[in-house]
Amino acid sequence: MNKHYLYALSAVIALFLVAYVGTAVLGLRLIFGVLIPYLAVTVFIVGIVYKIMGWARSAVPFCIPTTCGQQKSLPWIRSNKIDCPSSTGAVIIRMILEVTCFRSLFRNTKMRLEEGNRLTYKWEIWLWVSALAFHYAFLVVIVRHLRLFIEPVPFFVRMLENVDSFFRVEVLYDAFQVGLPGIYLSGLVLLAAVTFLLLRRLVIPQVRYISLAADYFPLFLIFGIAFTGILMRYVTKIDVTAAKTLTMGLVTLHPTVPAGIGGIFYVHLFFVSTLLAYFPFSKLMHAGGVFLSPTRNMTTNSREKRHENPWNYPVPIHTYEEYEDEFREKMVEAGLPVDKPFVKPAEEPADSSAK
Amino acid sequence: MNDKKWIIAGIVVFLALFTFPLWYNMGRAAPAPELILTEKAKAARECVMPEKYMRANHMQLLGQWRHAVVRNSKREFVNPEGKVFTMSLSNTCLDCHSNKADFCDKCHNYASVTPYCWDCHLDRSKENE
Repeated sequence: MNKHYLYALSAVIALFLVAYVGTAVLGLRLIFGVLIPYLAVTVFIVGIVYKIMGWARSAVPFCIPTTCGQQKSLPWIRSNKIDCPSSTGAVIIRMILEVTCFRSLFRNTKMRLEEGNRLTYKWEIWLWVSALAFHYAFLVVIVRHLRLFIEPVPFFVRMLENVDSFFRVEVLYDAFQVGLPGIYLSGLVLLAAVTFLLLRRLVIPQVRYISLAADYFPLFLIFGIAFTGILMRYVTKIDVTAAKTLTMGLVTLHPTVPAGIGGIFYVHLFFVSTLLAYFPFSKLMHAGGVFLSPTRNMTTNSREKRHENPWNYPVPIHTYEEYEDEFREKMVEAGLPVDKPFVKPAEEPADSSAK
Repeated sequence: MNDKKWIIAGIVVFLALFTFPLWYNMGRAAPAPELILTEKAKAARECVMPEKYMRANHMQLLGQWRHAVVRNSKREFVNPEGKVFTMSLSNTCLDCHSNKADFCDKCHNYASVTPYCWDCHLDRSKENE
């Protein structure tokens, strides 16, 4: 039994209750509809800039790019240009592929003992598949939500909506009906992927062992966001015009709180606000961190170029050349080999201490 | 350290993208569309269902009507108050709400919704004018 996910789950349930009771019972719509979203966005922006500037100030003491292929060396040895990038251009290509395709996650393997004590590694693709589905579905959902934040709605949002609602699934009975308004695939994919990622942490013993509340909380929270969104769209229904009036008020800096939108909408908004405010201080900052990870964004030219540690302060050093200059005469006298032959100065006496 | 200018450029790009709705809407008033009711609709006072229900659920009701008419050839709708209506978009809904451009399209455009009603149904009001 793992208490960590219970902490996270209870936190999300508490957030739900706070938002629902706050708006549906106490009627604090101004607080949950205007004040908290503004506060959350401010925390999000300031937090992200603060975090990233902190990373920008940090030193990179070592050249630690991960090499996943043959390094560039002799001309007749074929090097892996992307997985062991020796030039800036190749690093940029590697970064783009890392950010858009999660290539390092693709290499995920599962280790286990088979037939007694034979250690085996198996390629494990499902984490990569669900992570890709999750992130892209979330991106589509976010871009789709621009329809509520922009007036008139730009063409790319409409285009995305059309593609997203490509499958027209309609179940129409008096008691149960789904499909009007049209079903967006991205929302369902997001919910399915986040559920898989959550179950992965709960079911696989090794992953559960290393999971903390900070791992479960965003998953439960995003599950809550996707769930309340889907609930509003397909089941409980809300007055979209009123919802857009509120969101447009927020982005045009003339906040209004229209009547006619229910508690679930404010729960959705409060969950999103929580996610935004939580983002900069959590593991979710991998969104910015991936660009700044030295294992990915450094060139693997450690043999060609010396990586200067920025911490290095000037250290007094005494090279062999200097040592020999200082003691050459004595070394020759003692019969030790010297690099430069000793020439006895003609007029002046040998001033060895001058170097 | 040495990459500070690139990192700051990245942050600026991120902030520009994140605040896209803010500066895109700048200087643009985008008031919510107001429903314009025709004289006939005003006179009727009540729709087939209460206003609050209609605002959020009209698409579902229309879907159920279509299903009832096309699949089950059931054409009568009895609302909770016992009033009987003919299930028909063209003849019942558009009879009162004959101003499609003002009544339907305004909100649908505002919320970026493209209902496929008009793939088959005709907006008769244009012919009448």
